[in-house]
Amino acid sequence: MKIKTALMATALSGIAFSATAQELTVMSWGGAYTKSQVEAYHKPFTATTGIKINSVDADNLATPIKAQVEAGNVTIDVADVEFSDAVRLCDEGLLEPIDLSMLPAAPDGTPATDDFIEGALQDCAVANIVWSTVFAYNSNSVPTAPTTIADFFDTEKFPGKRGLRKSAKATLEMALMADGVPASEVYSVLDTDEGVDRAFAKLDSIKSDIVWWEAGAQPPQLLADGEVTMSTAYNGRIFNAAIAEKQPLVVVWDGQILDFDLFVVPKGAPNKEAAMQFIAFSTDTQRLADQASWISYGPARKSSGALVGTYSDGVTEMATHMPTAAENLGNALVNNFEFWVDKDAELNERFNAWLAN
Amino acid sequence: MTDGLANQGTGNASNELLLTTVDGKPLKEALIHAEARAKRRAFFLVLPLLLFILITFVAPIGQMLHRSVHNDGFIVTEDFGTGVRTPIMVNLTEWFNENPPGSEIDESAYAALAADMVVLKKERAAGQAGTRINYEISGSRSLFTKTARNADKLAPPYKEAIIAIDPDWENPELWTVMRSASSAYTATFYLAAIDMTRNANGDIEMVNENRQVYVKLFQRTLILSLVITFLTFVLAYPVAHLLATLPLRYSNLLMILVLLPFWTSLLVRTTSWMILLQSQGVLNDAMVGLGILDDENRIQMMYNQAGTVIAMTHILLPFMILPLYSVMRPINPSYVRAARSLGATSWTAFRRIYFPQTVPGIGAGALLVFILAVGYYITPALVGGADGQLISNLIAFHMQKSLNWSLAAALAALLLGGILILYWLYDRLIGIDNLKLG
Repeated sequence: MKIKTALMATALSGIAFSATAQELTVMSWGGAYTKSQVEAYHKPFTATTGIKINSVDADNLATPIKAQVEAGNVTIDVADVEFSDAVRLCDEGLLEPIDLSMLPAAPDGTPATDDFIEGALQDCAVANIVWSTVFAYNSNSVPTAPTTIADFFDTEKFPGKRGLRKSAKATLEMALMADGVPASEVYSVLDTDEGVDRAFAKLDSIKSDIVWWEAGAQPPQLLADGEVTMSTAYNGRIFNAAIAEKQPLVVVWDGQILDFDLFVVPKGAPNKEAAMQFIAFSTDTQRLADQASWISYGPARKSSGALVGTYSDGVTEMATHMPTAAENLGNALVNNFEFWVDKDAELNERFNAWLAN
Repeated sequence: MTDGLANQGTGNASNELLLTTVDGKPLKEALIHAEARAKRRAFFLVLPLLLFILITFVAPIGQMLHRSVHNDGFIVTEDFGTGVRTPIMVNLTEWFNENPPGSEIDESAYAALAADMVVLKKERAAGQAGTRINYEISGSRSLFTKTARNADKLAPPYKEAIIAIDPDWENPELWTVMRSASSAYTATFYLAAIDMTRNANGDIEMVNENRQVYVKLFQRTLILSLVITFLTFVLAYPVAHLLATLPLRYSNLLMILVLLPFWTSLLVRTTSWMILLQSQGVLNDAMVGLGILDDENRIQMMYNQAGTVIAMTHILLPFMILPLYSVMRPINPSYVRAARSLGATSWTAFRRIYFPQTVPGIGAGALLVFILAVGYYITPALVGGADGQLISNLIAFHMQKSLNWSLAAALAALLLGGILILYWLYDRLIGIDNLKLG
């Protein structure tokens, strides 16, 4: 497969750039997500520049980055990390600063700094997708369809087990939203002790019915097996199970929590220049729109929205499956990374203590 | 060497005569010399292994354990590209050195802080310094980044100026934490690992009850590991006995059945248990199908402690069977027969004759299973749900998610220390020479 890609790339580029044999190592999360990046970014990048890309996968990308940079033996050139990791790694000096002026402008001439969604550009990181934590249900195992985040926490009206990610992040916010806190006030409520108590009290009400998951692949499996009737999940995973694997799973967008995934370059990356080139190339308007046709994560540029077409099956319109689609944003929360970088330790400690009791 | 003992005969005759070799060296010295050479040669033979262990085992673990007491995130920033290390928070550290704990946080302290903030901004190290404090006081990271962003605008009186940026700077606890962070070596992470902290006066106290988790998990890890060790013993003993007493061609076949799962990937075995035990799984379906259970009352055997115990007992079973088998195989059956013929009941013969001979295998198996169980983390993570988590899951959490490697190292060091103490106890009670691994 890789050889084929390289051959195709050489053939397409016409000029035998690959004679320079430069390589770039890009680390990502695996599965359908890495595939979307290979199709939308890696292949055209190799075709244009002749630089071969080694795609590697990991589960918690911040850990290998921290370990490699501190040991002075960096093999990763570009990594795709979550927001709080990007901020923390940047804080600790483990990432190369990114010159944002190198990012191409939108086709209509809007500079990149205005074209990206607010918060998508950081000192050491450039966002590529907007993903979201939603809840989904198995339409075979609920008598009536749940429609709001409050239904998720209502085990009387909708009996059955609930799947939740074993992490304070997103779980506490959803509990508050289900308890009636409007999205705009969630973080100010959660910033107070009473607010945290309130979130845990809401979780207490369904504690005995919760099945905790950790890996993104688990919720679709739990739902398909009938092990839980509803579960929080990454929206792209549910999309993949529902559309590509034809499972009877349905996403409820109410109370969704939006988050970024960002490209970063570890400090001392062996091919820093090519890495920057890759980031500029991959996050242009067209590439970001292309990725959205392989997986239902929204592009981080506003200008990409209009270019998003159909899924690779040729019939499913992607626009309605995007977390950023207007009709899905009715009651949506944008993850507050400042809040989580600050409160991560405290809230997760309390969360772990709550779990262990 | 035998040539060297030429004049031994005369030497033996009279004790006063010094034994010498042919070339006139005293025998004792020559012997020491020869032995030293042999030792050196033997040492060179083990040298590769020794280096291998030092480089791949002792050094990384030592470095990791060092992190549990050493964290210089608040006082040094390193440019990982060039390797240049720049001291930060110099003025404040100096102020802490000049003013003993309990001193009033006065204008001079704030002036030192303001000067350090300017450096933090220049070195882009505010997040790093703030993260170190944030391990102990939530919200400090943004406090530092916010203040450093405005560092250039700070003017005397600094106290008012800094508190105007954020009143949290007045928190006396924050200053206690900064004082402790201003030296690279600290016991803070060990305190945190046993649910303790220092209050504003510097006294040690338990953390708020709703944040206490580690001590409880240490206890749970210990108890579950003991339960699992006991269960593997109960299950493995008859199996090992059967294997040891059957004719070889049958026992070899059965041995394959023990080893096959042992050779199968851990993840595959764990996932198989999930398929069997989950509430829509094979076992529950079978019981509902047979009418033993109602469809509504399916038993929850997974995502709780029961799941952890069942899956880990199965996964660790071969570690108990194999040492037991290896001590049972050579036990001569005629001993038990002799006891029976002398009038012992089968129970007495087992208790007094057979069982004592298997103790070295039990010791080895129990030690292996227990130590492996204490450090297990994938299986509890997958099947443990909320109450089946072990301490290693939180070590993994701090390694992978919170990136607080110092706390992870402190937890791991406590776990390691605990195991060493148990090992020492075992040696005192049963004796480590009485251990037979195969």
